[in-house]
Amino acid sequence: MTSLDFSTTLGNAWFPAPIFTASGCASSGRELAQFFDLNSIGGVVTKSVMSKPRHGRPTPRMAETPSGMLNSIGLQGPGIDAFIAKDIPYLLEQKARIVVSIAGETVEEYATLARKLRGISGISALEVNISCPNVENRGLVFACDPDASRRVIDGVRRTIGGELPIIAKLSPDVTDLVHITRGVVDAGADAVALINTVLGMVINIETLRPHLGGKTGGLSGPAIRPIAVRAIYQVHAALPKLPILGMGGVSCGRDALEMIAAGASAVSVGTASFGNPTALPTIQSELKQLLLDKGFSSLRDAIGFAHRPEIADAK
Amino acid sequence: MAEINRNARQIKAYVVSNKRVGQYHQLILTIGDVAQQCKPGNFVAINVGGNTSAMILRRAFAISRVSVNSASGGTMELIVAPHGQGSTWLCSQLEGAELDVVVPLGTAFGIPTEPVQVLLVGGGYGSAPLFGLAEVLNARGCRVDMILGASTASKIYAPMEGKRAVNSLRIYTEDGTMGQTGRVTEPIQALVADLSIAVIYSCGPMAMLAAIDSITRGTEVVHQCAVEESMACGIGVCMTCVLPTQDADGNIAMLRSCIDGPVMDGERVIWDKVGKAL
Repeated sequence: MTSLDFSTTLGNAWFPAPIFTASGCASSGRELAQFFDLNSIGGVVTKSVMSKPRHGRPTPRMAETPSGMLNSIGLQGPGIDAFIAKDIPYLLEQKARIVVSIAGETVEEYATLARKLRGISGISALEVNISCPNVENRGLVFACDPDASRRVIDGVRRTIGGELPIIAKLSPDVTDLVHITRGVVDAGADAVALINTVLGMVINIETLRPHLGGKTGGLSGPAIRPIAVRAIYQVHAALPKLPILGMGGVSCGRDALEMIAAGASAVSVGTASFGNPTALPTIQSELKQLLLDKGFSSLRDAIGFAHRPEIADAK
Repeated sequence: MAEINRNARQIKAYVVSNKRVGQYHQLILTIGDVAQQCKPGNFVAINVGGNTSAMILRRAFAISRVSVNSASGGTMELIVAPHGQGSTWLCSQLEGAELDVVVPLGTAFGIPTEPVQVLLVGGGYGSAPLFGLAEVLNARGCRVDMILGASTASKIYAPMEGKRAVNSLRIYTEDGTMGQTGRVTEPIQALVADLSIAVIYSCGPMAMLAAIDSITRGTEVVHQCAVEESMACGIGVCMTCVLPTQDADGNIAMLRSCIDGPVMDGERVIWDKVGKAL
């Protein structure tokens, strides 16, 4: 069998494989570790952590939709201090490559989180989840506001210094994704994660009211995959050197390859883990086989393949 | 939490039989050696709809009973109500059909170390796991009394063979079509006193569990209830199936009913906050 270089990079962080968990879809790794070795995948992106513990939203928190689901969790979590004390040591013990995802309600909260993480060794990268309501601007989601997006990333970059790669996680619910991407890159993001969930709603037909406790929820699963592929393709076309962590409904190796061809350097698997606890290792081995079958000797050669002129399409 | 779903395996199971019982289906599935790890109160998460299905989430079902050495090897029994698309699909599966299951999941019922008097309370098909539990409790030397209730007779699940491990069985229906007319919660207070009940085990609708809690709260009676909250993953990663709880030290937390439950100490659940913000 021909050998394949399956490794990838996001900024200056190197990963031996390109399949990651998606933030909020793997908790802090312990639950999935019952089903596969966390060290065997590219990396674990932890559930977005905030500065204080949070109870999150009331139930119902989810609704299944055709080929997808809505969730409205409200970032329930232990808070950064408990996360650093309990979850990071566990992941390090598993020899997992860790991408810590942070979320805040103010520009200052993101910077505070970055400050707490600055001295922690063993973190490969920081994901900055800016799909949160900005309490200082009438709850407008940071990721939908180019200026607020920039300020969050700028604050994190100034706090954390120049070493740790910053991955800005962006929302697809915007008019000009490329404009927002340029802003966060100018502010110091080394990579972008595309896409977060798409805002949606389900009405309960018995009560004729919104089904979710939080009324709206984030749509995930195969239903949003074409939106993710489009977003990755557009951003890669505009900024071909920018590493992209692609995600949105990936549930098999073919879906992961689609994102890589669109321009993703690595792919996160989220909702697929809910239906299949071994989705990550399965997708990873399917992707590997697909790349080999198509004659690639390196994952890197496949990144952004869909953008190449057809004449060079020798594969 | 230290050992989350330590015995859980993702395996192929096969339908051994699928029979209609009243408004429910009794399904027997082969699960091999995993049957030895299943305890009353555990549940199974099953892929539904086949490989090309638009239903991307597993469906969770309480395991009503397991057999470690049937003619088909290790098997488990499920009692399924064909409510929605997923359960209806499962109820349509014929003998020999292959299913992708993750089993056993969740926190099981705690079994007393001493032979004490226990009361089992089931609502609707929530009674199903109580018969397997009754056998285990019986083997421990506990005296097991049972009350089952439902809106109507066809929603009572009470198989003949299940009654062997039960000392007495009382049935209540709201429309009076079987047993006595009324709700299961009505006789509990008197039964607890008359039979010196130490533990109540319950499984059924959340309103029934909350009503039992209002009887046992503040008393010596322990209430172990199997809660029901809609789940996306069943394995603890999605955080959708949470319930508001308070521990003995007063710490309030949203706990996952898939991992910290489905069996919970009724006294820990903040029943009037279920479905509300904390």
